[in-house]
Amino acid sequence: MTDQPLLELRGVSKSFGSVQALTDVDFEVRHGEVMALVGDNGAGKSTLIKCVAGIHPMDEGTMTYDGVPVTVNNPKDAAHLGIEVVYQDLALCDNLDVVQNMFLGRETHDRFYRLKEPPMEAKAAQTLEGLRVTTISSIRQAVATLSGGQRQSVAVARAVMWNSRLVILDEPTAALGVAQTEQVLALVNRLAEQGLSVVLISHNLHDIFETATRITVLRLGRNAGVFERADVSQEEGVHAITAGRPTKVSGIPGTQEPQT
Amino acid sequence: MSTLETGEPLEPEALRERVVASIRSGNLGSWPVIIALVLVVVVFSQTAQNFFTPGNFTNIITQMAGTCLLAYGVVFVLLIGEIDLSVAFVSGIGGVVVAQAQLPNGAHLPWYVCVFLALLATTAIGAFQGSVVALVGVPSFVVTLAGFEIWQGVILRWVPGVIVIQDPAINNFSNYLFPTGWWSGWVPGGWTLGVVVSLVYVGGMAGSAYAGVRHGIPIRQPALLVLKLLVVPAIALTTVEVLNRDRGVPLALLFVVGALLVWSFVAKRTTFGRHVYAVGGNAEAARRAGINVPRIRILVFMISGLMAGLGGIVLAARLNSVDLNAGGGTLLIDAIAAAVIGGTSLFGGRGEVRNALIGAAIISTVSNGMFILGYSTGTIFIVTGAILLLAVTLDTVARRLQMRSGR
Repeated sequence: MTDQPLLELRGVSKSFGSVQALTDVDFEVRHGEVMALVGDNGAGKSTLIKCVAGIHPMDEGTMTYDGVPVTVNNPKDAAHLGIEVVYQDLALCDNLDVVQNMFLGRETHDRFYRLKEPPMEAKAAQTLEGLRVTTISSIRQAVATLSGGQRQSVAVARAVMWNSRLVILDEPTAALGVAQTEQVLALVNRLAEQGLSVVLISHNLHDIFETATRITVLRLGRNAGVFERADVSQEEGVHAITAGRPTKVSGIPGTQEPQT
Repeated sequence: MSTLETGEPLEPEALRERVVASIRSGNLGSWPVIIALVLVVVVFSQTAQNFFTPGNFTNIITQMAGTCLLAYGVVFVLLIGEIDLSVAFVSGIGGVVVAQAQLPNGAHLPWYVCVFLALLATTAIGAFQGSVVALVGVPSFVVTLAGFEIWQGVILRWVPGVIVIQDPAINNFSNYLFPTGWWSGWVPGGWTLGVVVSLVYVGGMAGSAYAGVRHGIPIRQPALLVLKLLVVPAIALTTVEVLNRDRGVPLALLFVVGALLVWSFVAKRTTFGRHVYAVGGNAEAARRAGINVPRIRILVFMISGLMAGLGGIVLAARLNSVDLNAGGGTLLIDAIAAAVIGGTSLFGGRGEVRNALIGAAIISTVSNGMFILGYSTGTIFIVTGAILLLAVTLDTVARRLQMRSGR
C-alpha cells in the first residue's frame, strides 16, 4: 500500500440553482479501507457520491485518482476508472436470474452477439464464492425470489466483478433485517480484505462502527471532520453529525440521559 | 408443431419437479395452456365430427398461421412492457402493399419485390411508432391506438374495394403445400423439412448443454432435457406424417415454425434478447447498466411491424385478395390474446416466443372445433374471452405468489 490515497477530492463545490449542496468539501479514500460517509439528511452525502460517479459534474474542485488528476463526466468514465456504485434501490431486474443481472449490459458474447452463457455463469459463481456469498442456492434463480440481503449481495458482487477498485455502497442496510444486515456488513469487510476500497454511506452508526476504518462527516454541505474509527466513540460521532450538544439517541449508550 | 401429440405422457418425476419449481417461483410458463390445449383437442375429437382428421389439422394450421406470426411480434412488445394495438391494421397495410405492387395492370413488380416493399412499409411503421414511444415518451397504448385508427383509415381511403392477388408466388405464401415425400425435383418434401427442423432444435439444445459441460457447469434437469430432445422431434415428425396424409406440409407452417426458431433464438440467446427482458423487468436498471433503452424499444416495435407485415401477406394470400376489411375483425384481439393466453405477462419481462404459438393454437382450435359443432360466432367469442380472462387471472395470481415467495 502506498501512502497516496486512491481517491482524493479537494475543494468540491456544487450547487443546484440557488441551493448550495456542497461547499469546499475535501474527501479521500485510501487503498483497502472502508471509508464511512455520514451526515444528516441534506448533508450532501449523495451529491458528493454522484459527483464521483459522474452523474453530476462538480462546479469546482479537483479529483485525483491514484495520484492522477481525472475528470468524470458520466457513469461510464467512472466505471472505466474502476469506480462502481451500488445504489439504494440496487437496480436489479427481478425477472432475470443472478448471472444475468451480474452481467447486465456487459454480457459476454461472440461476434454475432450470441450470448456465451457458460463463461458468464462460471465467472459469476467464482465472484460470489470469492465474496463467500453462500446463501444463494442457485445462481440461475430469478432475483425476484431472493431475500433483501441476497439481493444486496448480488448487487455488490456485480459491482466488484469488473476489476473495480472503489465500490460505493449507498445505504446498503437501510431496508434489511438484523440477520441480513450482518450478512451485508460481513461482505463489506471482505471487500476491504480483498484490497478494494469501499465508501459506505449510512445513517446507521452501528453499521459504521462495525466496518469502517475511518469516518468522514458532512454537515450542511461542508466538512465536519474525519475521524479514525478507533479514536472516536459513537457519542462523538453523533455529536459531529448534529454539531450540537450530544443528542439523545435511543439505543446508543452515552447519548442517554444519565440514569440516577 | 402438432396440437395432437402433446398428450404423450411426461416422465412423472421430471414433470413433478418442474411443476413444483415453477409454482414456487410463480412462473407457471406455458404448462397450464399446454394442458388446456390437450384437453380441448381431446374433447373436440370426441364430440366434433371430422375434427380429429388430417384435413382439419391442415385447416387449423392455415387458419392460425397469420395470427401466430402477428403474435410473435406482440410477444416482444409485451416483453418490454408496452402494447401494440396497431398490429392488425399494420398487417392489413402489408397485405395491401403486396396486392397493389403485384397488380398486372399496375406496378406489376416481381413477387419478391412486392413482399420486400410490404415488409419495408410495415417495419417502417413500427420504427415510427416505436420512436414516438421511446424518444418522445408518449405511452404506447396511445401511439398504437392512434396507429389503429390511422392505418385503418389508410386502408379504407386507398383500397378500391377488392384487389385480387393474381401473382401465384404470393398466393403460395398461404396456399402452397410441400410435396409429401423427401424431395420432388429441387423442392424439399415434408419429411426433409421435419428432419431439418428437428436437427436445428436438437443441435441448438445439445450444443448449449455441451458448452456448459465443457465449462464445468452440470446440466440442470437432465431428464427434462432428454425428454425435450425426444418429444420435440417426435412432434415435428408426427406433424409431417399427419399433414402428409392430407395434402402435405403447408408453406405457412414453415413460416410459423421458422419464425418460432429464429425469434426464440433472438430472445434467449442474443444480447439483444437479454436486453429486451431487462427493459421489461426494470427499465431504470437497464438504463443504468448502460443499455440503450430507447434503441431496444424502437427495435422491438420494428419487429412487431415486420411480423405484422409477414402475417398480413400470409392472410392476404389465404384469401387471394385484400379488401376494405384487411386487418379488421378479430385479428388484433386474437393476436394479443394468443400471446397473453400462452403465458406472456402484460406487465413486461416475462414470457416466451413460443407462448404465441401455443396461444394461437388454442384460439384456432377452440373456434374451429366450436364451429364444427355448430356454435354461433357469438358463443365462440364468449368462450375465447373467457379463456383470455382465465389466462390473465392465472398470470396475475402467479405473479403475486412470486412476490410473496421473494423477501
